[in-house]
Amino acid sequence: MEVESVIGVDGLEAKSEVTAEAQSKASLEVSKDGYEPIHSKSPVFFDLYQRKSELKHQTHYCPGCGHGVVHKLIAEALQELGLQDSTIFVSPVGCSVFAYYYFDVGNVQVAHGRAPASATAIKRSCPEKIVISYQGDGDLAAIGTAEIVHAANRGEKITVFFVNNGIYGMTGGQMAPTTLVGQKSTTSPWGRRPANEGFPLHMAELLATLEAPAYIERVALSDNKNIMKARRVIRKALEIQRDDAGFSFVEILSPCPTIWGKNPVEARRWVLEKMTPTFPLNVFRDRRPEVPTGDEPLQRTVGDVLEITPKTHLHNVSTTKRAYHFKNVTIKVAGFGGQGVLLLGQLLIEMGMREGLEVSWLPSYGPEMRSGSAHCHVCLSRERIGSPLVSRPDVLVAMNEFSLRKFASEVATGGLILYNGASVPADFSAPGAQVVGIPAAEIADKLGSTKAANIVMMGALLEETECLAPGTALSVLEDKVKKPDLLEIDRRALFAGRLFIDDNAHIGAVSQSDGFA
Amino acid sequence: MAGQMRGKVTVDVKECKGCGLCVESCPPKCLELMPELNPYGAHPARYTGQDCTACGICFYCCPEPGAITVYRIKAKGKAFAAVQGGEHAAAL
Repeated sequence: MEVESVIGVDGLEAKSEVTAEAQSKASLEVSKDGYEPIHSKSPVFFDLYQRKSELKHQTHYCPGCGHGVVHKLIAEALQELGLQDSTIFVSPVGCSVFAYYYFDVGNVQVAHGRAPASATAIKRSCPEKIVISYQGDGDLAAIGTAEIVHAANRGEKITVFFVNNGIYGMTGGQMAPTTLVGQKSTTSPWGRRPANEGFPLHMAELLATLEAPAYIERVALSDNKNIMKARRVIRKALEIQRDDAGFSFVEILSPCPTIWGKNPVEARRWVLEKMTPTFPLNVFRDRRPEVPTGDEPLQRTVGDVLEITPKTHLHNVSTTKRAYHFKNVTIKVAGFGGQGVLLLGQLLIEMGMREGLEVSWLPSYGPEMRSGSAHCHVCLSRERIGSPLVSRPDVLVAMNEFSLRKFASEVATGGLILYNGASVPADFSAPGAQVVGIPAAEIADKLGSTKAANIVMMGALLEETECLAPGTALSVLEDKVKKPDLLEIDRRALFAGRLFIDDNAHIGAVSQSDGFA
Repeated sequence: MAGQMRGKVTVDVKECKGCGLCVESCPPKCLELMPELNPYGAHPARYTGQDCTACGICFYCCPEPGAITVYRIKAKGKAFAAVQGGEHAAAL
């Protein structure tokens, strides 16, 4: 085609304004010129995209890319089904990573291949929402194979749109699991050879072997007829999710003109001529899965599972004369493996549960466990706990010197450090925190077992912080310790720990703003 | 089909990337690429001005969300006669 003239930016601005004006005129003044718009940009798309200023009008996709068509079909289906305001769109890694530029719905962009896992979490948290996982073949069939297989196998009530162009497009045309036999790519420059690189992965067929999926179909953006079919299929997949009927999966064979080195029209034809023989267009699953319903309630608390009844009345019955005067306490327990560090944390949370508190326990084993220290994070709270990770503990229980030196700097200002040792090392200081040395190992040894050192520390902790009632500690120990002689040692260890604090260290406690000492 | 005009198409030259899929797909072949370039260096598509049946195929084949808008004639009669008379050219 001969280029007669090139429209300058100014000229184009003027021209496009005329076009826009004509469009709005045409839509407003239907009666005057007799035209009404029947196919126009869906309101599910943003008017202008949040891209660089000169690119706000168009998508970032290459000319002739299949993503744009799939976007358009999804947008139209969402609009027609009235689902725009209840949709959460999970964008993948790949060319469609910027889908959130275009769709005026809830948007989440997730790690490579993990879209079905994130979509699972979103759908389970918000079951009334429509959750769409939109993925390419590198994302879904390579790095995210595990996620999609398990999401499908669980029958998550999400809709997955799998855009398959047989290649890694965004990264420059490497071989994907779906690359056709003989197809050249930058990593299979002689063409894919099954003897070396294996055969193309048929995701739709693979997922159709599972029990749970409700709807699996493969369509192609290869010609007018198949595009219109894809439109119906995409709409149907969303209807299935709307009707809460189960997992729906649509594989869309899509052209990638840039990487395939073809013009858009050739690329579209290539989808039909080369891809569909390998990836036949078919309905692989269309039935509502029969999922047996159990008698067990879906949501049970940890207390229910462990058959622990929260004794909420303990709030009112003061087992000690001291009031419960804290909102939340975060505790870090650290020491050698074998010192009962993790067990101490578990005892604390079980006591918290019995007193009706919100609790969390996060063990941190690490390779340190083999020959070094173990630690765990404990949260006791009257409110819901956001994260079980404790970065600034109010209390550090250091069962050895190594832990003391390692974690002391993390303790919150005004916090408390309980150290397993008669005296704190001379060269150690922890500004802003109160350090109490307790010869727990010696006390426990005198009582009959050094293993009870953690219980001595627990007694000291309870006495010093008053976060939990010693009566609760005794009842937990009675349930947990089966051997009568060990229980007796633990009981005495608990008492000895409390007594040590009362006798030696209950002076000059640092007060915190929330009244927690 | 020929001569029986039932609709028209407008193309946003700023959004069109000139891939040519609409030209290829249009059943009555009433779209073409402009000889001029737009600022992005593409030949945007345009309506030739006749034969559009408002089938909407070009809209669904186009990868850009809003590049193509398809119109159809709402009511036959006076308005239709006006269109037949060639006034649609002004709207383009």
